[in-house]
Formats: sequence, C-alpha cells, structure tokens
Amino acid sequence: MTTTRAHETEITVDPNVPLVRITREFDAPPQKVFRAHTDPELVVQWLGPRRHEMRIDHFDCRTGGSYRYVHASDGNEYGFHGCFHEVRPSELLIQTFTFEGEPDGVALERMLFEDLGGGRTRLTSTSLVDSFEARDAFVASGMEEGVREGYERLDELLAG
Amino acid sequence: MAADPLSRVFSALADPTRRDMVARLAVADATVNELAAPYDVTVQAVSKHLKVLEEAGLVSRTREAQRRPVHLEAKVFDLMTKWIERYRLQAEERYRRLDDVLRAMPDDVEATPPTARRQTGAPT
Repeated sequence: MTTTRAHETEITVDPNVPLVRITREFDAPPQKVFRAHTDPELVVQWLGPRRHEMRIDHFDCRTGGSYRYVHASDGNEYGFHGCFHEVRPSELLIQTFTFEGEPDGVALERMLFEDLGGGRTRLTSTSLVDSFEARDAFVASGMEEGVREGYERLDELLAG
Repeated sequence: MAADPLSRVFSALADPTRRDMVARLAVADATVNELAAPYDVTVQAVSKHLKVLEEAGLVSRTREAQRRPVHLEAKVFDLMTKWIERYRLQAEERYRRLDDVLRAMPDDVEATPPTARRQTGAPT
C-alpha cells in the first residue's frame, strides 16, 4: 500500500520481499541532492533524527569505501556503520547499513537519483533486509509501542 | 498469502475495491449483499475480497446472526496505519531538513566532495 501526499514522502511496504521503499521529490538537480548524500559536512546537517546529535566517525563515500557515525541523545550513543558498494555521481548510491546494537543485522540500501528536468529530482530509496520480522521491526522502530507489543495487541484482537 | 501481519494488511489494502469496502465499513457494519450493491461485480467476487480482509485481521463476521454482518476491526487498521504513517513522517521530517540544506547550497556544486574524488576503488 502506498500513502500518497502531493510532493511529500511516499512509503511502500512490499508484500513479497522484505523491503521498504521511500520516494520523495526535491526542488534541486540530481548533482546537488547527490552531494548532500556524499559530503559528510552536509550529511550531518540532515540525516540524524531530531533531538539527536550526529557525529561522523569517518565517511569515505567512494565505491569500496566505508562510513561510521554515531547518534547521541541523553548520554546514550547509537553507532551505525556500512560500506559504499557503488557510488555513481548524480545517479546511484548503493550501501550497506548496520545498527551496532544488532551487529548481525544488515540492510542493503539503494538510492536512485532521477533527473525530472527543470531542476528537480526524484529520490527512490529502498532498504532490503533478510526477514519480514526485521523489516517490520525497522518500520515500527521509534514507536512508543515496539513491534512486539504491536504484534501482541494484534494477536489479542485476532483471537477475540 | 504474505508472510507477516504488516504485509498482509498492506497487501489487503493495496486493492482499490477493498480500500473502498473498508471505508464503507468504517461508517457501519454491512452484509455481503449490501457491500456488493454499488460494485459491478458478483457477490462471489466481493466474498473473495472479504476473505482477504478477514485473513489480514481487518474485518470479522458474526457467526451467530443470520445476516452475518461484516465488522471493521478498527484497532487493527489503526495500529498498522499508525506504524507506517509514523515511519513516513520520520522520513518526511528528515527530507525537509534536506530541503533546507539543498536551498543553502551553491548551484554550481559538484556531485561529490573533493575527498571522494581522489581516486576510485578501495580506500587508501
């Protein structure tokens, strides 16, 4: 199912493959949107969640390079790292993504930068993980009620 | 059938007829015949749509009553749409910050920073 808002972010949950697709259009040409994803001085200005301080450990955005950054909030630190698998300027960025709290888990992220003309870009970002449970936990992360509690409530409702 | 509750709900809601049925059930319970009336499809086709919604946990049918009215499980619907909407809003917030970054950038900027252009291949 896709939620539709004019020019706003769209989310698609694939029923057949454990992936989430995020689509968004920007009033800027592809080279600017790409630069904002590959330049650590710019990445730090937008990627981190609100109320978290984002600190980049290293960010070597080249094919075969790697990155690590930390989100800090209320004395807690959350580390993330991954590898840049393919860096094709203004077109395509493929990277891995691991939350260090769950080091065995890894998402394969693919960001496609489409030139819409007139100084506009459509960014399509997909995150693929290795199980539906991991995908749902991903979508439900940051909820006041986690995915497990959500499933428990769902089981109760389905049983009742 | 899709493997997990989230996928089941969202693939159930991917169909426009089923979305319309859910919207009508949000107003009031209805029988299969009542649900089929506005559509140019058979009662059997509507029953198939209902089965998909039922398996996703989105609707239920009273066993006892003769009319067996269909009831929307609003809590399941709300829970699943809340998950996805929250996730969507987090992405939208992030991309609004990116909008601001893009506005502040010069127009003639290169697609990658100088550090990423030293060479291609393995990092040094």
